[in-house]
Amino acid sequence: MTMTDRPEAGRHLPGGGSAAAAAVDAARGAMLHEAKPRGRTRIGADVVCEALLREGSDVLFGYPGGVVLPLYDVLGDYPALRHVLVRHEQGAAHAADGFARASGKVGVCLGTSGPGATNLVTGLATAQLDSIPVVAITGNVVAALLGKDAFQEIDITGITLPMTKHNYLVRDADELPGVLAEAFHLARSGRPGPVHVDITKDALQQETRAPHPSPEAVAARLPGFRPTLEGHPRQLRVAARAISEARRPVILAGHGVLLAHASDELRELAERAQIPVAHTLLGVGAMDETHPLSYGFMGMHGWKHVNRAIQSADLLIALGMRFDDRVTGKVSTYATGARIVHVDIDPSEIGKNVAVDVPVVGDVGRVLRALIPIVREVPPAERAAYFAELAEWRRESEASSWHGSGAWRDGLLSADYVVSRIGELTGHDATLVADVGQNQMWLARYAGFRRPDSHLSSGGLGTMGYGMPAAMGAALGRPDKATWAIVGDGGFQMTLQELATLVQDRIPVRIALFDNKKLGMIRQWQEIIYAGNYHSASLLGPDYLKLCEAYGIPAWKATRPDQVDGAIAAAQAADGPALVWFEIAEEQNVFPMMPAGQGLSDLIEKWEGAAE
Amino acid sequence: MSDDHARPAAPVARYVPGSGTQRRHVLVAIVNNRTGVLNRVASLMRARNFNVETLAVGHTEDPSVSRMTITLRGDDHGLEQLSKQLYRLIDVLKVQDVTQERHLEHELALIKVRANAANRTEILKIVELYKGRVVDIAAESIIIEATGTEEEIDALVALVGGFGIKELVRTGSIAMQRGSNVIEYEGVNG
Repeated sequence: MTMTDRPEAGRHLPGGGSAAAAAVDAARGAMLHEAKPRGRTRIGADVVCEALLREGSDVLFGYPGGVVLPLYDVLGDYPALRHVLVRHEQGAAHAADGFARASGKVGVCLGTSGPGATNLVTGLATAQLDSIPVVAITGNVVAALLGKDAFQEIDITGITLPMTKHNYLVRDADELPGVLAEAFHLARSGRPGPVHVDITKDALQQETRAPHPSPEAVAARLPGFRPTLEGHPRQLRVAARAISEARRPVILAGHGVLLAHASDELRELAERAQIPVAHTLLGVGAMDETHPLSYGFMGMHGWKHVNRAIQSADLLIALGMRFDDRVTGKVSTYATGARIVHVDIDPSEIGKNVAVDVPVVGDVGRVLRALIPIVREVPPAERAAYFAELAEWRRESEASSWHGSGAWRDGLLSADYVVSRIGELTGHDATLVADVGQNQMWLARYAGFRRPDSHLSSGGLGTMGYGMPAAMGAALGRPDKATWAIVGDGGFQMTLQELATLVQDRIPVRIALFDNKKLGMIRQWQEIIYAGNYHSASLLGPDYLKLCEAYGIPAWKATRPDQVDGAIAAAQAADGPALVWFEIAEEQNVFPMMPAGQGLSDLIEKWEGAAE
Repeated sequence: MSDDHARPAAPVARYVPGSGTQRRHVLVAIVNNRTGVLNRVASLMRARNFNVETLAVGHTEDPSVSRMTITLRGDDHGLEQLSKQLYRLIDVLKVQDVTQERHLEHELALIKVRANAANRTEILKIVELYKGRVVDIAAESIIIEATGTEEEIDALVALVGGFGIKELVRTGSIAMQRGSNVIEYEGVNG
């Protein structure tokens, strides 16, 4: 994807030109018009608004509170800034994350001191583990009260320190332009990540004439931050030779491919050297899954054929991925016959989890552009035997694991079927946002992704409750694409307070609720690993049709396969948020499954109960 | 199956990073002289499961930076990881493992030893032998100031230990390369 595919700044009108959306926009315009600038001097809070606009982050997700009221007092003076009032700060952090993942811009969330700030923490940790550019702004008590256990005071920079790329405590408005410029620069540059800026109330209120620094000045302020973007020429030559000589190479495409907007380069390398491409959970969408060289999803719940290909490879070309334990399983038995070329922008990822033969530090896109011309062009015929074997493995594994739980045979609604229909009926072009657990694995395996940044998932932290609020951000980040949240009844009940936000702000998120009345992945582990001791796996939920009615959200229920397409179509036709309640089989498992602590060759493909 | 896509030879276990031989390392880190940087470094080492033995930090000739000396045990791979992880901190300007280079390594200790008129002379002889210095004398105790390598201080502590140590404080090692080599870094002052 190129930058030109992205929506222009300022286009955040949900509902894409519908009459209802136009009416809301007009009303918002009128409201903002009423908040006239009051002929006042510039204060710290103005600097925050100016910085957001300068950085192109024109949507912020926030919740007011005592010490950030100076900011809310000036927000109305910046009609180009859209503030979305969430129902809980965790929703703001996830929404900023979803906005960033879908749009490629920096997502911004805002909370007050104390509980407002601690509520953001889960979302920041989520963004940190998945390298998402987010700037979180919190207020803090006036500088004189810092450390005095003042009302709603907590050492929030102490709390966010280990789960942000960097953080700041600002007590002087004159420092704000520089700090905010640094924060955005750090969030989006090199390996992206969340940056937290904590600002005392008096700094927000203080008058300041401090100018915003130029981009060059910002970089000069950060001598300790000089990401390596270009691959070292010698390492590139070594990598090219290894790739050219390999007979059973596999590319492992990770999130870094998407963050670097390097999908075209990935495809080019794969085609030139005829290499099958496997992807990680966050690498879903890096390559169009219908491409003949796209081999599929790897790891703990990945496809058996993909894991087999990795285990029998003689070369792994890892692009912007970090050999997470969900990807490798037991390292000592991981792809033991393979040499590894590892490309990553973060040097600390190289050699962290597995030892690497050819390290290349750099931006995946730039590295690939330099690498492709020096890699040998491989005629497809040279790989005929290899590809025939891969094709046979694929046929076998797809035949055995599709609807592998057996739930389908009973005529019950099977989650993989629903996911595949959502993919199909959205033209494989919508932004689909997973929650965490079985729903997340089903989505990654069965929706069929074709577009970069169309699959959002909390991979590293595995944050239940992520799906719906993140979809809220994604819908505003890519208003030109339909957005679906794919959530289980467990995760949905963690953050469903944001339904009200969807309604108030008319954010057109479609929610596919997979209700098996269970914490499905917990139940699956208990069945297979804990001898069927199902403690706390059953989950009571509300009548979701009534819930949606209470919120004013149109909702449909599907309990049989023949109702699925109609319900999806109805939700698609709704003007604004909508929900489909899929009552799925209660005991469907995600297979294959690599038990924790085992290796990629130890997949469980079906389960018929423990041996007597 | 033709051999043009032959499977790799019989699998051997893949090396697991961090499973190598543990030994003592001395790391020097140049960091921005700002509030909270010590906390960032300490927090990172704790979070990444590195077991630090000593950490000494102070100003340098450049007021914008501080210099940390960190000693810890780990395998070479682990130390490389720590160094890379430290570089992820925006306030860390330079990290160097000086273990393999010719370097000086000193720490300072203050040792308060039980002493009386009868054994004071004996203690003073030991202190002299170890190029230590007596910096305080009271009726029933003396304070010895000693500098030297960790081993030298350990040896002195063991020797005077027989008289009874009332209190002991050590700074942890500080290190510097021998010769004209210096640790170079790019800071805000250029």
